[in-house]
Amino acid sequence: MDLLVAVIILAVLGLIFGAILGFASVKFKVEGDPIVDQINEVLPQTQCGQCGYPGCKPYAEAIANGDAINKCPPGGEAGVKALADLLGREVIPLDEERGEEQPPRVAYIREDECIGCTKCIQACPVDAILGAPKLMHTVIIDECTGCDLCVEPCPVDCIDMLEIPQTVATWKWQQPEQMELNQIPIKQVFSKETH
Amino acid sequence: MGEYLLLFIGTVLVNNFVLVKFLGLCPFMGVSGKLETAIGMSVATTFVLTLASALSYIVNTFILAPLGMEYLQTLSFILVIAVMVQLTEMIIHKTSPILYRLLGIFLPLITTNCAVLGVALLNVNEAHNFVQSVIYGFGAAVGFSLVLVLFAAMRERLAAADVPLPFKGASIAMITAGLMSLAFMGFSGLVKL
Repeated sequence: MDLLVAVIILAVLGLIFGAILGFASVKFKVEGDPIVDQINEVLPQTQCGQCGYPGCKPYAEAIANGDAINKCPPGGEAGVKALADLLGREVIPLDEERGEEQPPRVAYIREDECIGCTKCIQACPVDAILGAPKLMHTVIIDECTGCDLCVEPCPVDCIDMLEIPQTVATWKWQQPEQMELNQIPIKQVFSKETH
Repeated sequence: MGEYLLLFIGTVLVNNFVLVKFLGLCPFMGVSGKLETAIGMSVATTFVLTLASALSYIVNTFILAPLGMEYLQTLSFILVIAVMVQLTEMIIHKTSPILYRLLGIFLPLITTNCAVLGVALLNVNEAHNFVQSVIYGFGAAVGFSLVLVLFAAMRERLAAADVPLPFKGASIAMITAGLMSLAFMGFSGLVKL
């Protein structure tokens, strides 16, 4: 009997609290769009702004609202394909006006030429440049997304974009060739007529 | 009124939950890296602790005690706390997404913050009435917040300080926490309960 009462008490408590939570989840519903987060995950997070939006998240929101999926050069063809898969849209070639797909690069400051103007620090979308006014700046290589945004503001043109050399540590398997070549080779075999 | 004030001061300073009773150490070490997150965590914990204390008093006095089911206390208090934390999480997610992101995993972890369950169980142990329970819960939360904010401020300074290499990071934080605990021992005898 005691056992039954205990079970009933806990069940009733659970029911009441469940009702409270259910009410709260309706009342405090967050109008977040999960698809935006998913798109944002696919985007390369260079925050370069080549798509015409101030960062990857705003572009993700724009895609969710129906913008084209081919405005992201750092993501490249593979990025467009991933977005097309996610959203069930057609794979379209990369928008040439936005820039070309480039191999991964990293900014390099020629440090003896740097005058310490901090302009590149302000331009960097991911805070990958260290430095202080009138002191030399330098790039944190691991943080740099290779977005080019620091090159243009530099008054003495001391920033180079270097390609990341392929070493044993950075080499990856090639993606399988896409679409037309991505098929199992078929060879037609005709049986010899033997009587 | 004086009695309530004494209870409050006694809970905040003399029987501080973190530094004297050593409850709720996980968020104390975990979220004290930055002052802003510490303040956010303090507000969230204050909300949860106070409401959970009041609600578990109600559940205990009006549901469990009349039926002689006191042995269900721990279970039902955890239920109450879990619901309060969920509610807080929803409210924070709605009102301040940035704080929600900063607190991250520590927000649901308030559920397993032993200070919260500790307050609920100690309320029963010390036979507090409703007002006392609320004050006790609130006092525990204020004490937790006070210590957390103080500790976060110190750790922000420590991050820039020239600490010997073997003591860098968590170890100097532990030593600081120990020294703070010693300092809080100085409050004992301030209030007699």
